[in-house]
Amino acid sequence: MSTVVAPSQAPAGAVARGLPAWWQAAPFSAVFALFFVLPLLLVLMVSFWHFNEYELIPGFTLHNYAAIFEGCSQRTEQGDLCVTLSTYLSTLKFCALVWGITLMLGFAVAYFLAFHVPSAGLQTGLFVLCTVPFWTSNVIRMISWVPLLGRNGLVNQTLQGLGLTQAPLDWLLYSDFSVVLAFVHLYTLFMIVPIFNSMMRIDRSLLEAASDAGASAWQTLWHVIVPLSRTGVLIGSIFVITIVMGDFVTIGVMGGQQIASVGKIIQVQTSYLQFPLAAANAVILLAVVLMIIWGLTRLVDIRREL
Amino acid sequence: MSDSQSSPKADVPKTDLSETAVQRRSLLKGTAGILAAGVFPAVHAQDKPVLRYLGTAVNQDKAIAEKFKADTGITLQYVAVTTDDVTKRAVTAPNSFDLIDTEYFSLKKIVPTGNLKGISTKRVKNADKITSLFTTGTVAGKLVGDQGTAPKKVIFLEGEKSKVFAKAPTEWMSLIPTTYNADTLGIRPDLIKRPISSWAELLNPEFKGKAAILNIPSIGIMDAAMVVEAKGIHKYADKGNMTKAEIDLTIKTLIEAKKAGQFRALWKDFNESVNLMASGEVVIQSMWSPAVTAVRGKGIDCVFQPLKEGYRAWASGFGLPATLSGAKLDAAYEFINWFLDGWAGAYLNRQGYYSAVLETAKAKMEAYEWAYWMEGKAAAQDIKNPHGEVIAKAGSVRDGGSYEQRMGGIACWNAVMDENEYMVRKWNEFVAA
Repeated sequence: MSTVVAPSQAPAGAVARGLPAWWQAAPFSAVFALFFVLPLLLVLMVSFWHFNEYELIPGFTLHNYAAIFEGCSQRTEQGDLCVTLSTYLSTLKFCALVWGITLMLGFAVAYFLAFHVPSAGLQTGLFVLCTVPFWTSNVIRMISWVPLLGRNGLVNQTLQGLGLTQAPLDWLLYSDFSVVLAFVHLYTLFMIVPIFNSMMRIDRSLLEAASDAGASAWQTLWHVIVPLSRTGVLIGSIFVITIVMGDFVTIGVMGGQQIASVGKIIQVQTSYLQFPLAAANAVILLAVVLMIIWGLTRLVDIRREL
Repeated sequence: MSDSQSSPKADVPKTDLSETAVQRRSLLKGTAGILAAGVFPAVHAQDKPVLRYLGTAVNQDKAIAEKFKADTGITLQYVAVTTDDVTKRAVTAPNSFDLIDTEYFSLKKIVPTGNLKGISTKRVKNADKITSLFTTGTVAGKLVGDQGTAPKKVIFLEGEKSKVFAKAPTEWMSLIPTTYNADTLGIRPDLIKRPISSWAELLNPEFKGKAAILNIPSIGIMDAAMVVEAKGIHKYADKGNMTKAEIDLTIKTLIEAKKAGQFRALWKDFNESVNLMASGEVVIQSMWSPAVTAVRGKGIDCVFQPLKEGYRAWASGFGLPATLSGAKLDAAYEFINWFLDGWAGAYLNRQGYYSAVLETAKAKMEAYEWAYWMEGKAAAQDIKNPHGEVIAKAGSVRDGGSYEQRMGGIACWNAVMDENEYMVRKWNEFVAA
């Protein structure tokens, strides 16, 4: 086709070739537009509306955004930051902790699976084993920590039984610790899968070459495997970060409802029919998450790597 | 039925008289509708409608639906959501149900939307027997606390299609009361080992790390207000309608307690409160009466402790969506009449709730049951719940005493405040602190 119209191919040819491509992309674009772009625009629109106890009033006001940041210019009476800043700080703290821990664990597990398990069959078997916990609901997996970590739970009973502690440890449950523990338990697999996938695509002859050139195991790991797994690391990081930023169930259950999260604030506001405030919060959260992801994609050009 | 058939017909021309000239057509249509629905019920009897019943799971008992179906042939289809979501559905999706079971405090949000229809007391047989707690705010002739959204403030509407509450009793009710109760703190007497008599104990440092408060802002703030008043920090003009300064003060008290590590957890779901209490994570907390019963059902000692400052009361009732008409409307009225007729009331009373029409419920209960549940007397024989399980041994006395003692001790009602938005914002501050 392109050979026939060779001289003036550039504009006409692009359109001719482009049209079927557009048609092919159309169904998915339509789904995307209807179920993602449109709702998102609605959220953005509602975030500028007025509201009262029982209705939304169309209009344009920045009041909702102002309300979210009200009092953020100074500390409160108790010497705290305003709700929005302290909530985001707390959410970001969880995000950083969970990201760091799942990255270490996920990378280690994937490395072991990819390079230290000799047979492909065993590799697949162990990989499936990693996914077994996902056969139950994640709420159940989360709640099963509660009887384990409680004041009269298994861990405390064991510690006291062994004489290691005199009184039950309260910080095991309804604390930052239990929240991070549950997150790591729930989401490490999201790190393992993409990293494992990237590692399996590394050409094994590169490792031999590194070894022939006299590199130590650590040097091979750091200079060969890590750079070549970065796509997987990035994809896993995006999964974990977006999930943790928007979570309110895990923080609610494991934090004893005492730890704030952005998702929780949005949920409370929607249940009190304060949709515009919730929408404004959602827009801000979305902006923050997009900025984080944009920052991450600066580090790795994900399209080229894939 | 004969009363209820004749009254709407007699009434329609009267209410519409001023607008007859303009609305002749709609009047005719309306009258025809009533004629069709009311005068020829036999036509519809062949094909009984299904009623979609929106409410919280706590009130949607399988046995009630089964008994109603057996008695009338009408099917109840339960739609169970949380308290906050009932309100949300009523405001945002008023055609998704045929009958709503919601709390009175939600009315301040729902009624102004015009999504509810006034319920004609002329079509409800026992309407005049509904307990005076709802209609005049009195128990045994004495006024009880009316801070917050007391039902008497919101139970009457100015007309069938009305967006405002009537100041004095009218023919039109917003909700027909179903269940109500007076809540207090739940405690574990076996772990506390001393008498508890004041709301102030919730923030007593003695229970540091072993207290909980519920994380539903509009109810939690009321519990907090009871504590603030009990501690002598502040006396509210109306706990159910605080000023911004009062909200600040209340939340500040909570934040200070939270920072000092007073709370083990906050709870939002009924089952969470049961688990916190049963596992011993918490020894004193905001609680609801069926949750106390559930903890006791596990063989763990738990008391719904009456306190000297009084109770925080709540009440729920049936409402009808504005668009309900024809056979479904008749079926809804039939359900309401059936509900107030005694069987359901007795069923609820045996669970520790209170029913709206006491005398019909009394007729369906044994004398010893009535004496235990309602008169605060020692049980003459073992008390069983509706499923036949023994929940109190002979000789025991119900906590909180008689109906008069308990309902007479109401200090405030669950509420929606004028400053609700501000309150929710401050509550989030407490959760984030």
